[in-house]
Amino acid sequence: MDARATHDIIATMAGVGVRRGGRWLVEGIDLTIRRGEIVTLIGPNGSGKSTTAKLLTGVLKPDAGTVHRLEGLRVGYVPQQLSIDWTLPLSVKRLMNLTARHSADEIAAALSAVGIAHLANDDVQHLSGGEFQRALLARAMIRKPDLLVLDEPVQGVDFSGEVALYDLIKQIRDETHCGVLLISHDLHVVMAETDTVICLNGHVCCRGNPESVARSPEYLQLFGTRAAATLAIYQHHHDHEHGADGHVHAHPEHSHDHVH
Amino acid sequence: MFDDFFSRALIAGIGLALITGPLGCFIVWRRMAYFGDTMAHSALLGVALSFLLNINLTLGVFVVAATVAVALLLLQRRNNLSTDALLGILSHSTLAIGLVIVAFMTWVRVDLMGFLFGDILAVSVWDIALIYGGGIAIVGALAMMWRPLLAATVNAELAEAEGLRPEVSRVVFMLLLASVIAIAMKLVGVLLITSLLIIPAATARRLSGTPEQMAVIAALLGALAVAGGLFGSLHYDTPSGPSIVVAALGLFLLSILVPVQLWRKRRGKA
Repeated sequence: MDARATHDIIATMAGVGVRRGGRWLVEGIDLTIRRGEIVTLIGPNGSGKSTTAKLLTGVLKPDAGTVHRLEGLRVGYVPQQLSIDWTLPLSVKRLMNLTARHSADEIAAALSAVGIAHLANDDVQHLSGGEFQRALLARAMIRKPDLLVLDEPVQGVDFSGEVALYDLIKQIRDETHCGVLLISHDLHVVMAETDTVICLNGHVCCRGNPESVARSPEYLQLFGTRAAATLAIYQHHHDHEHGADGHVHAHPEHSHDHVH
Repeated sequence: MFDDFFSRALIAGIGLALITGPLGCFIVWRRMAYFGDTMAHSALLGVALSFLLNINLTLGVFVVAATVAVALLLLQRRNNLSTDALLGILSHSTLAIGLVIVAFMTWVRVDLMGFLFGDILAVSVWDIALIYGGGIAIVGALAMMWRPLLAATVNAELAEAEGLRPEVSRVVFMLLLASVIAIAMKLVGVLLITSLLIIPAATARRLSGTPEQMAVIAALLGALAVAGGLFGSLHYDTPSGPSIVVAALGLFLLSILVPVQLWRKRRGKA
């Protein structure tokens, strides 16, 4: 670890492992999150991304290693694949008060921050995928969390919606200066503002900033050169290089980091 | 007004409906209808054991229902059978064991029909005190853990990550359910208890905009069904427990028919 203010650290994991049925689900995970830092977990299905997130929030207890969270750490959580049964009448406004009570002003502010103020009285079951994810983000950020844990927050959202949601996450990070742990549903997509990418496969394969991970031999070995060639990094500058590789489809909203 | 049996039945039944309404909402939201049924069926085993060991009936039923809930939690963790199959096994085997034990105890005369279908017209002032005393405790406990339980109903991980304790509220909820079954058994019987939990809650769904509204409306609809059923049974000389369930069903069917316009409007907006 470098000398960046250690007092900014809000959670650390050291040598953490979880054992189930005689098999290690994850093993030897080291991870540090600081205020204002975005850490993205990528890896194949079953590589332990969600398990790692649960260890960090304390939902799961480690069988090896240690997890340290700041005393009284406030967590905002966006779970993976949340579906709310039709039998539960839940408006967007009521969803905001799910785990703690907030004032009407706070709710209005949080909903306008994510751009769905007009849906406050709608039932959550009637929202589109993107609107629902925005509502969940608003619900997580209204708590003014120190740590925001987002488990595949752009799942089921179309491409332009994805870009907008990543923008929103960046904006929340900038304004509240919280630490963000983001689990990416797509091996090849990492949001550009990510400070650290951690590539998991039961253990930490490689880590670093998005560009260096895309070039690391471990990443190439795990996902192959074709996958690495398509590791896309969302950013809003158009000054990126385009290679001659045909695997990537061009889009003005993001750039490609090519290895070839 | 406690003098005549009909007033006592009415007061007891309405008290019970005010408890089962809010509790039943969680049964519906958490898809626990079959689970509630299983706990209710196990009440007959509780009755049999209470007679066998000569302990208080309500206490015996509560202990057995709570034990069945815990047994299910443990079986879910280690067994490969689906929850559905496990519930089927527990539900019918507890009912059957109860019936077998009752048959063995030739020295006690047990009114089986009374326990299976209830005998609301036979409630005593003591029963009413139990319903209202227990009811205040149960509804009070439910109100106290409303937020964590609701959050856990939406998503247990989310509740836990944000510092609530879904496991605790889940266990407390099962104990509350066991208490309601113990209190309600005498009134509506083990076979009909779950209907008072589920039907008013399901009826309230279309009329409610928030979970809290749904709990209150379910309680009121349950009370209405009890009153309707009891007056119906008096008028047509039908069995009281089943008449209450039929009245509840009538309200449910009405709720499907009546607010269609309202419902369409809400859907159109979204």
